Amino acid sequence: MTMSDFSEQLTKPVTEDEQVETSVSSGTGMHFPWLQKQLETVVTGGKKKKDFAQTTSACLEFIQEALLRHQWQRAAEYMHSYLQTLEDSDSYKRQTAPEVIWKLGSEILFYHPKSNVETFNTFADRMKNIGVLNYLKISLQHALYLLHHGMFEDADRNLSQAETWRYGEKSSSQEVLINLVQAYKGLLQYYTWSKKKMELSEFDEDDYAYTSKSQNMLSQSCKTSVNICALIKVPGVWDPFVKSYVEMLEFYGDQDGARNVLTNYAYDEKFPSNPNAHIYLYDFLKREKAPRAKLISVLKILHEIVPSHKLMLEFHMLLRKSEKEEHRKLGLGVLFGVLDFAGCTKNKTAWRYLAKYLKLMLMESHTVWVQEEWNSRKNWWPAFHFSSFWAKTDWKEDTALAFEKAYVAGILLGKGCRYFRYILKQDHQILKKKIKRMKKSVKKYSIVNPGV
Amino acid sequence: MDLEEAKEFKERCSQCAAVSWGLTDEGKYYCTSCHNVTEKSKEVINSSVIPNTKINTINRGLRKKRKHEKGWDWYVCEGFQYILYHQAEALKNLGVGSELKDEVLHSFWKRYLQKSKQAYCKNPVNTSGRKTKVLKDNLHCSDWASEPELLSGGDTDFALESGAEFQSDAQIPKDFPITKASQSGAASVCSGSLDGVEYSLRKEKGIVKMTVPRTLAFCYLSLLWQRETITLSDLLRFVEEDHIPYINAFERFPEEMKLYGRDKGIFAVESWPDYEEIYKNMIEVATFLDLPRFPEITEDCYLHPNILCMKYLMEVNLPDEMHGLTCQVVKMTGIGEVDFLTFDPIAKMKKTVKYDVQAVAVIVVVLKLLFLLDDNLEWSYSDLAETYNEEHKEDKPQFGFRKWYQVMKKTFDEKKQKWEEARAKYSWKSGKPLYHSHIDKSVAYKRREMVVNLQKQFSALVDSTPVVEKKGPSSFQFNWTEEDINRPCFHEHTLQGLLVKKGQSLKTKNSLYWLSTQKFCKSYCKHVTTYEESNFSLSYQFILNIFSFLLRIKTSILHEEVSLIEKKLFKKKYSESKKNSSRSKKIRRH
Repeated sequence: MTMSDFSEQLTKPVTEDEQVETSVSSGTGMHFPWLQKQLETVVTGGKKKKDFAQTTSACLEFIQEALLRHQWQRAAEYMHSYLQTLEDSDSYKRQTAPEVIWKLGSEILFYHPKSNVETFNTFADRMKNIGVLNYLKISLQHALYLLHHGMFEDADRNLSQAETWRYGEKSSSQEVLINLVQAYKGLLQYYTWSKKKMELSEFDEDDYAYTSKSQNMLSQSCKTSVNICALIKVPGVWDPFVKSYVEMLEFYGDQDGARNVLTNYAYDEKFPSNPNAHIYLYDFLKREKAPRAKLISVLKILHEIVPSHKLMLEFHMLLRKSEKEEHRKLGLGVLFGVLDFAGCTKNKTAWRYLAKYLKLMLMESHTVWVQEEWNSRKNWWPAFHFSSFWAKTDWKEDTALAFEKAYVAGILLGKGCRYFRYILKQDHQILKKKIKRMKKSVKKYSIVNPGV
Repeated sequence: MDLEEAKEFKERCSQCAAVSWGLTDEGKYYCTSCHNVTEKSKEVINSSVIPNTKINTINRGLRKKRKHEKGWDWYVCEGFQYILYHQAEALKNLGVGSELKDEVLHSFWKRYLQKSKQAYCKNPVNTSGRKTKVLKDNLHCSDWASEPELLSGGDTDFALESGAEFQSDAQIPKDFPITKASQSGAASVCSGSLDGVEYSLRKEKGIVKMTVPRTLAFCYLSLLWQRETITLSDLLRFVEEDHIPYINAFERFPEEMKLYGRDKGIFAVESWPDYEEIYKNMIEVATFLDLPRFPEITEDCYLHPNILCMKYLMEVNLPDEMHGLTCQVVKMTGIGEVDFLTFDPIAKMKKTVKYDVQAVAVIVVVLKLLFLLDDNLEWSYSDLAETYNEEHKEDKPQFGFRKWYQVMKKTFDEKKQKWEEARAKYSWKSGKPLYHSHIDKSVAYKRREMVVNLQKQFSALVDSTPVVEKKGPSSFQFNWTEEDINRPCFHEHTLQGLLVKKGQSLKTKNSLYWLSTQKFCKSYCKHVTTYEESNFSLSYQFILNIFSFLLRIKTSILHEEVSLIEKKLFKKKYSESKKNSSRSKKIRRH
């Protein structure tokens, strides 16, 4: 758990609150922020907003401004007054107040120089008991805070308490939260297990200590699976939980179990689209040495979601080796796709693959495939990749990269193109032969033929 | 465990606010929703005595206390009487003469009780036949009573005078049927006062019902009667600054006067008083009380525009010399005349003078006469003044609008920022939380305790040095002194560059004027006119903004008042202009 993770947990919901404050849900999930003020006067029968409502919302603005500027002291000062919203005579506002206060307050206490773990604990314990609905959420965030401060056992105790909290009829609406609490507990158990595994690797397998240790680990893992299992069946993004769960399953040789979990996580339509789900599955299948066709089918989905992912080069290699025509065609598309992204423009491997593969394709006279990919890019790739500016910089920074790019440029734009000409002009001792070969090759294969 | 038996326990759970109780083996209540076990245990009670909507679970030992908890029997009007009493005390502490409390406010209040048929009349509306508790604090009541009647009238033999009892036993209700007597127990479920429920339902025609804002109308009427040096805007500002009890004024009730349920709607306020509202209330109350003509406002009264103009000129840091001009405007418009200024609720129905707003409006008019305020002339005059001052450093400096603007803008912005911050930090909630019914009582108290604890926690994070030192009450909000370089004082500056000699008299150098309002609204809407800020020059907007902030009123109200004065000023001018054109002012359409 990193600092940024935690602060994100805390800060994100605050912006959600702003929405609660300023917008009205119309029931269809649409928000009309401008409606709120109008509605307020409608509700009060045309009477103006009470000064209590007006000053407390001004107070909220002051707090948010102070938080934005990291003025923790000032924020605490206004917080003192804002706490009266817990006693708002408007029952709707009174009910939503604890959550807002928790979010603002925990942020202040997280950063305030005079605050410490004890203060935070007191605050969290108090807030948990104002309105039962926030108990689980606050417990969970409290636990995350404790983890951030390395207080493992306290976090665990907190989660256990939350787990056993009873809330009567309100339980069904909070099921996901209970699952989440349990899953975090599971994650903590995984952490312990993982540490023990490390220790275990230092022992000899025949050692007596080894057996007892591994026994101990086994029981740990049982508990963990119970805890995590329930959560990952619920649609959602549960990466860390899935990953640790699978690691444990694999460790105890339950390959089928692991495969089931990952397949479900990646393919269940109820789950939100999640690239990591496919990556985990791919990694697992690779470890299992699954057939190429299977691997290709997993990466195909990833390609659709994240065409620039670094696994795409691996995907290309798989496609290239395939005998199927459509796979080989896709192999070309994948490379172009990667290089469409600004973050990949200097990926030497991608360029090298593309150069090689273009040549291969053209040798096999798949000019139509190349044309097809190029058509949608010919308007912008020249400026995006092949300007003289890039030629200069690339050559200066990485001659090998420039060389690969020049070849691709030559093939796609013809030998008259700036990038190609610039590289050609460079008098480089070692590359001399190579450049000469390239010139010849471009002449032969370029899809732009000035002669025709 | 017996869920049936626990049904009569209606208190909300302190943990999850549900009302769903079971009984533990020890006879204690536990929440079936969250399994929280309470301190309360089941007790066998005779439910025929106490209606079952009440809390039925009191530990054996608490029964006596319960009686105490219920407190005194009291009426809503007694509550208002307490508030008025404390407000009058506060005014006395502000330096207002004690006659205000002992004579004026007292007789107004008495008259109110009489007119609204609550006391001092033959058939008081809320007699219960039971003797109302004698309030310990009734010393002040007898105080009031012993003073001679200010507003005479035949009403002499009243209970209040005879024994400081609100109603004497002699006044047995004749034609007041069901209400209290038989069911005071049941009524107390919905309000702490005896007549809270009934009071909030009462909608008699022609009766002005008492509300917390109306207590201020009473205060102001008394101040006006006494011709005290407090304007309505001052009074409301003192309320806002907590010098006069208003928000949570019920906190000052004696411990035994319990408030809850309907009393909450009557006595709890969550807004500061609004100038227009209190002004309207004041006229309503005065008309309802059928008050005679008030003491005359003459030239030596504080509320006379000449004096108030002087005060506000000082407050907004304008040259003393401007006073001559304001006096002239007052004279020309006739707003300084006794008949115009004196409040006569019967003769001048529904109208009186907003003394403070009017005085400030006169200053605005004078500024317009001098500088035109068209975002142009005031700046070119400022250039002239600055050049002159540069060249004549020995002389009295000439007043320059630009310098004044810069100083005022800065000071005003700071003041307003501080004011907004103080408002945002205002603590509205009483230490005595008000709840709807007994069911909510423990929840309300628990919440209060929680808030207090949380507040302690956050105040520990704030530097211990107290940031806001509480200001003493003052009719001035700004302080201008020669010594302060950041806040230079313009009182001594001259208007020399702005006036020209014309024969014997002085005339403003600027001969143009524009009217703030072209069109006055017809009588059927209640506005005089509308104020659309963007239609006006920035200088005018600025001046209206600072002046209306000073009085804590809406800018539109000041704009209306300016328009009204202009209407008077130029109507006269038109008729005069034929005979005498010595001080003619062209009227330029804006």
